[in-house]
Amino acid sequence: MPPKAMGKGKQAGASDISRRRTTRMRDGDDMTDIGDGTENDDWMHSKALVKPDDQLDLSEQQLKEEFTRILTANNPHAPQNIVRYSFKERQYKQISSVDQLAIHFALDGNMLHKDSDEARRQMAKLGMPDAVQSEHAGSEGGEGAGAGAAEGEDQQKEEGKDEGREDAATPAPAAAAGGKKLTNQFNYSERASQTYNNPYRERGTATEPPPRATFSGNVTQWEIFDAYNEDFEKQYQAMKAKQVQKTPSVYLHHHQLIQEKNKEKKVVPGRQAEEKTRKKLTITETQSDDVTRIQNAAQIVERMVNQNTYDDIAQDFKYWDDPSDEYRENEGTLLPLWRFTFEKAKKLAVTSLCWNPKYKDLFAVSFGSYDFMKQGNGMILFYSLKNPSFPEFIYETDSGLMCLDVHPEHPYLVVVGFYDGSVGVFNVERKEPVHRCTAKNGKHTDPVWQVRWQKDDLENNHNFYSISSDGRIVQWTIIKNELIYQDVIQLTLPEAPAEGPDGTKVSTVGCGTAFDFHRSNDYMFLVGTEEGKIHTCSKAYSSQFLDTNLAHNMAVYQVRWNPWHPNIYITCSADWSVKIWEVSDKTTVDTNSENTENVSTRKPLFHFDLNNSVGDVAWAPYSSTVFAAVTADGKVFVYDLNVNKYEPLCEQMVAVKKKTKLTHIEFNPVYPIIIVGDDRGNVTSLKLSPNLKKMPKEKKGQPAMDPAQREALEQAKLDKLLNMVRDPPADVSKAPAATEKK
Amino acid sequence: MATDVEETLKRIQAHKGVIGIIVVNAEGIPIRTSLDNSTTVQYANLLTNLTMKARSVVRDIDPQNDLTFLRVRSKKHEILVAPEKDYLLITIQNPSET
Repeated sequence: MPPKAMGKGKQAGASDISRRRTTRMRDGDDMTDIGDGTENDDWMHSKALVKPDDQLDLSEQQLKEEFTRILTANNPHAPQNIVRYSFKERQYKQISSVDQLAIHFALDGNMLHKDSDEARRQMAKLGMPDAVQSEHAGSEGGEGAGAGAAEGEDQQKEEGKDEGREDAATPAPAAAAGGKKLTNQFNYSERASQTYNNPYRERGTATEPPPRATFSGNVTQWEIFDAYNEDFEKQYQAMKAKQVQKTPSVYLHHHQLIQEKNKEKKVVPGRQAEEKTRKKLTITETQSDDVTRIQNAAQIVERMVNQNTYDDIAQDFKYWDDPSDEYRENEGTLLPLWRFTFEKAKKLAVTSLCWNPKYKDLFAVSFGSYDFMKQGNGMILFYSLKNPSFPEFIYETDSGLMCLDVHPEHPYLVVVGFYDGSVGVFNVERKEPVHRCTAKNGKHTDPVWQVRWQKDDLENNHNFYSISSDGRIVQWTIIKNELIYQDVIQLTLPEAPAEGPDGTKVSTVGCGTAFDFHRSNDYMFLVGTEEGKIHTCSKAYSSQFLDTNLAHNMAVYQVRWNPWHPNIYITCSADWSVKIWEVSDKTTVDTNSENTENVSTRKPLFHFDLNNSVGDVAWAPYSSTVFAAVTADGKVFVYDLNVNKYEPLCEQMVAVKKKTKLTHIEFNPVYPIIIVGDDRGNVTSLKLSPNLKKMPKEKKGQPAMDPAQREALEQAKLDKLLNMVRDPPADVSKAPAATEKK
Repeated sequence: MATDVEETLKRIQAHKGVIGIIVVNAEGIPIRTSLDNSTTVQYANLLTNLTMKARSVVRDIDPQNDLTFLRVRSKKHEILVAPEKDYLLITIQNPSET
């Protein structure tokens, strides 16, 4: 508003303009503004180069260096080493040629070829409105013609109309030239026809499926082993067959066999041994009979069932030791275990017991009758501790049996002596006795009281001895399946021959009741008689005794050598006593049988009175100082001389019913049990309590005693005892010894 | 021979506490039994399998060894199985019967 301001502004403006011009010029230095022609000098300088700060400083030479640049058609952005995994070669492989196409610009267009489907569709849509208009014009004309014709002739020319319509219709589509059919109600008719379609039937055939069986196999260690075994067996058989034919090459085959054996690590001998250790049953496996195959299993199951029933007894047998024995030093007890009875043997008395030397749980029992008036049949039963309810083997005989012995080396051979005087040999594998001697064949005329197997003679024939009341000791040998006898000794009585009825002298014969062979000197044996005498005899001397001992007042029922000490034997008798003797040093041959002077009247080392007739006495196998005896009042006495020289450690009533007499007793060689037989056909087994089975204690740290050491120990033990008891030599008075005994 | 086995089986059957016995042949079919049919078949099948397994165990550990018998003791009774070649003798016993 104020004109002064305006004027100032104008002036200012003018000066501003000039100022702007100059600034513009200065700007033009930098921007090479060539627009102003007035600044000529300035644009020359505007070519000054702009240098960035980090540019390399190169020398003139370097700047002038020429670099060749080749223009190729390669796409610099394309990868140069594309690698693809080749499944054929299973590794990564470089692709030889890489696509070098580089697309710089792509624009999708929207043009279609006119013959393509899409184009046609579109044309149809677009062309239809055009075609309809043109066709309408054409068809209207046609319709007018058709309608006029229709009014004239209705029915007759319907077909013609139709045809006309069709004709009109067909040119219309023809006119459309590949376009869609027009569908109007006047000239469009659709005709369709359908072919007759056959109904579908499904037809199939199914073949019978091939027979299928599931097959599975197991491979385990033992199946391989079995397969090898079978193969080996076959080869072995083949080898054997060859061996039979070609004997010279036996060694080669044998060698091969051994090699094969080593290779395949067979334990065929092991298996055979296994079979041998089975019980000696005849194992005839008949394939046809089903039940027979189960025999061994049946035996095992019977034993298992028994074990279950008698489980507590079995446990006692194995493990129980009477604990109260610790507090009673000088006493022991017998624990009753199993009782073995058999129905048919109930009326018979046990006449002999024998443990089997091979199977420690098997024992043989012979049955007969001690009663002279009542004589019936006899039996042999083999029992096993594993089956207390039924015997393993049963044999019945017509005559009562008095004695029995099992062969030490061939445990299937059993020799028995009959009440009627004959002897027989049984083979356990067969039912019938193998041998039986007859009246012509050396049969005794009185009951045979004892039989004993001997070692095989020089020709490896089995032989045994028998002793009988008819005073003969007979040796029987089995030669070629026949029993051949030989009288060894006749027990003659030293008394003068008695006067027979018609004056002839009949030499009386003593009755032998027991004998025992020395364990190491086989030719020496002891004989006990019914008169109470003990004769020491030798197999070599058939007519004379080495020694005679007036042992008892009544019949001697048993005589036994001590298993450890070579000179001690024990006897028991019907005169209620048990005596222990020592073989005297003077074994003078008694030349004059009628001379009674040389008969030794020595005193026994030990003498025990048992209050009733003593049926049997037996030494314990584990100690030289322990023995047991049974009496007719049903008691068992066990003595241990080491502990108590005068009284039994155990005196126990074993028989169940009163008035049963105990007839025999035997110690088991391995287990601490004894079996006792009575006159009612029962065999009872009893376990010895610890006090009764004292064995020498081994010192700690020392190895176990071998048999020789043990024997020496036992002998020493007994000798120590005997020294206290023996009669001192003649020069010293006998009085102290006598008082010692009491 | 057959009578011996028959007698043994009869004795086992008559023994104290024995409930029944079954003899099974190589194919697993019970050929002799003292129990009713359904029980027999059941026992035969189950025990055949068990016995095979037990024998396999024993022989796998040592091929020279073999199964002698098998006892299965339960609360109520005890099953005793004695295998022989391919045959089986099964016994069921009640051990605590007095």
